[in-house]
Amino acid sequence: MTDKTAITLNINGKDYAIEVEPRRTLADAIREDCGQTGTHIGCEHGVCGACTVIVDGAPVRSCLMFAAQADGKTIRTVEGLADGDRLHPMQQAFMDNHGLQCGFCTPGFLMLAVGVLEREPNISDEDLIDVLSSNLCRCTGYQNIIKSVRAAAQEMRK
Amino acid sequence: MAEPKNKFIGRSVPRLEDRPLLTGQGRFAADVNFPGQWAMRVVRSPIAHGRLKGIDASAALAMDGVHAVWTFADVAHIPPIPFRLTGLVELEPYQQRVMASDIVRYVGEPVAVVFADDAYIAEDAAEAVELDIEPLKPVMQATDAPGPFDAAKNTEPSVIVKSYGDVDAAFKTADSIITLELSVGRHSGVPLETRGAIGFYNEALDRLEMHGAAKVPHWNRDTMGRMLGRTRDDFQLFEGHVGGGFGIRGEIYPEDVIVCAAALHFKKPIKWVEDRREHLISANHSRQQTHRIRAAIDRQGRILAIDDEFFHDNGAYMRTHAATVPDLAAAMLPGPYRVPAYRATGHIRLTNKTPCGTYRAPGRYETTFVRERLIDAIAANVGIDKVEIRKRNLLPKSAMPYALNLDTLGTHIVYDSGDYALLLDKALERAGWPKLQKEIAKRRANGELVGAGIAMFVEKSGLGPFDDVRLEVKADGGIELVTGAASVGQGVETAMAQICAETLGVDYATVNVVHGQTDRIGRGLGAFASRVTVMTGEATRRASVKLRTKALTLAAELMQADAEQLDIVDGEIVPAGGAGPSMKLAELAEAKPGELVAEDSFESKHMVYPYGVHVAAVGVDPETGGVTIEKYVMAYDVGRAVNPTLVEGQIAGGLAQGIGGALYEEFLYDEGGEPLSVTFADYLIPTAREVPPSSILITEDAPSPLNPLGLKGAGEGGTNPVGAVIASAIDDALQRPGAILTLPVTPQRLRAICKK
Repeated sequence: MTDKTAITLNINGKDYAIEVEPRRTLADAIREDCGQTGTHIGCEHGVCGACTVIVDGAPVRSCLMFAAQADGKTIRTVEGLADGDRLHPMQQAFMDNHGLQCGFCTPGFLMLAVGVLEREPNISDEDLIDVLSSNLCRCTGYQNIIKSVRAAAQEMRK
Repeated sequence: MAEPKNKFIGRSVPRLEDRPLLTGQGRFAADVNFPGQWAMRVVRSPIAHGRLKGIDASAALAMDGVHAVWTFADVAHIPPIPFRLTGLVELEPYQQRVMASDIVRYVGEPVAVVFADDAYIAEDAAEAVELDIEPLKPVMQATDAPGPFDAAKNTEPSVIVKSYGDVDAAFKTADSIITLELSVGRHSGVPLETRGAIGFYNEALDRLEMHGAAKVPHWNRDTMGRMLGRTRDDFQLFEGHVGGGFGIRGEIYPEDVIVCAAALHFKKPIKWVEDRREHLISANHSRQQTHRIRAAIDRQGRILAIDDEFFHDNGAYMRTHAATVPDLAAAMLPGPYRVPAYRATGHIRLTNKTPCGTYRAPGRYETTFVRERLIDAIAANVGIDKVEIRKRNLLPKSAMPYALNLDTLGTHIVYDSGDYALLLDKALERAGWPKLQKEIAKRRANGELVGAGIAMFVEKSGLGPFDDVRLEVKADGGIELVTGAASVGQGVETAMAQICAETLGVDYATVNVVHGQTDRIGRGLGAFASRVTVMTGEATRRASVKLRTKALTLAAELMQADAEQLDIVDGEIVPAGGAGPSMKLAELAEAKPGELVAEDSFESKHMVYPYGVHVAAVGVDPETGGVTIEKYVMAYDVGRAVNPTLVEGQIAGGLAQGIGGALYEEFLYDEGGEPLSVTFADYLIPTAREVPPSSILITEDAPSPLNPLGLKGAGEGGTNPVGAVIASAIDDALQRPGAILTLPVTPQRLRAICKK
């Protein structure tokens, strides 16, 4: 398993030329090989969603994708959401609505919500809760996360 | 609405913690890296109970990138992990070694560790380590007869008894006796961040460091130091961001000790991060108890005595919490009611399952379920409703402070303040109880299975005996607040900053709270038992008063004014109530370098006791066994809320965990001791679909008389009575009092009950 392949990951607009084993997960590559530790690993079997990133416009569990599969693709992580000091409306809404406590699941929720709202800005409330139920949070009880995403959705539609 | 500039306590100001966490700049354990580090992977027993006859690591050692494999022989000099709380002497022979020596006692027990260049290689190598284990018969139920722990001891290390009053006499004269057998399943905190630890030996300074500390860094530093021959001068622990605590994270686990021992031995940074399966079989479990409870009552349903015998399933070993959970269960069971005579007999039993510790509202989630089931059963027996039965038995406000005549955690239980009946009324009003009852009756007439429940409880918080805070005005005018408390993600920094800011007279955003760093303050007790806001909060207030006095005295000299005539507003020393010359704290710090420092402590022998009421309405689908929570109201008196939004956040989050334990979460095992709940697909944490919107009523009717701000801790009131109230509501929906005797009420269990 030691044969490595050269790939390029484009993360938040920057190219990272790295060499990875075929089995290396995208999550590990983003964190260990590219040093972007904002993407968190909570279960490594695709249930908790803490590792969600946006790959070519779609939210993806980066623990279930091999780094080699993301070669040449455009990846967005939590580090790329803010514009300098100005928070993304989703980040601001989480801050305003106490949508996080320990913050471990937060990057996954942010990327999931941003990815979905960019594709479906007018998503129904019912569908939104369905989407958010695909990630796990152990601190907040979810209501403030739902509130945050609703507030950000309004802001993002402006 | 504009707030006065110095008013911060009681305001829902935004959290200071949020920005780095929202921008991906958090530093959790797995984010810590040192150059040249080795990855550690634990080889765990696949057998629940067996004799460890041999370990063959030759294939693993032959792999490229593998540096070493350790087994018990390499750590035989390290003593077992000591107790932190409730450490009964008779429990000590059951402490866990950091690796199994000759017997394995649960699936997941460390038997070897592999050190390799990276985590992938370490995992490959761990799989190549061959174990020769001869299986022995496991003990899987705490209610079964005890089996052998080893040649000399059985699996009942101790029986704890707590009692007061003449219980036997009360049962002789009772009008009725109610008897129930109730069980709570095995679940745990399961934070989203798995455990991790990084050991680093700094040879230049001869300093051992452990990164990834949490909860109780000072105690862990001192204790692991004794285990490894290090002192507080050459061993430091560092807490970064912590991905949820809930009681289970931050206790000393075998892996923490091994990481530190290996960093010292190999003089290499050692990084260990567990995967989710490992977490679910090796981090502390909690909760599992079976209670056989009896109540002696009079004709009106008044309690004369309670007699409870329970079996506490502690898993394979006694870990750091020792008897804490069964002790709290026995001590807190009486709750908000007048119980003239009481006896609890708790059998601490070991089984061949993951060892246990505390989990949010430890001992209380269990006994509130038991007590409130009992109260509902009394109501059914006497033929009165569940509100009236509680009113008849509640302790009145006039009884406060109320000494329960029981001890726990080294303290006498004295309910410091409370108006339980008032909070019940407020909760029922918030829930619209009479209207709710009418709606339920109407829907029930249409054939729907809907019902409502109530549960009441007394929590405990603010465990002492001390906390220290050190404050310093830095040259830029910012305030540094150093505490030995810890953060597990609950908002400690913000709450402490608010108390400091209001007391001192600065903006809370200028207060930088340093916690969980053992090299910054000599001692500290960390974050558990909802203690930080109370203990660290009062220490913060005291240190802030001192610093304020010092600042005003120093400023008075420079400003040639009377200190009495000066005030501090928004970080500026100004004439009280009038115009005139002023001076910024930053200028004062510059003029008097190193002098604007203050330290103070708060010591307390007693805990403080918040209390609450939960009301729930549920619908039951008899075909699927599914439960829908239609309404959920939580009323909680916290004495004084420093930041109401954060208090509500604690309560809402606690509810989600309570619902998990009530309906979904359970660590199951097969008869041979094989764990069946090893992924998030088997161990079901509630999602946004299962956790309903809730209505939270924070009240401040009973400030604690034990600290000047009146604070009580808020961390556990959202979780405590959830199993109890859901059970009560399901009973009501089924119109079958006493139908629910076991948590969690999984669809399988409820469907079986519905079919009966």
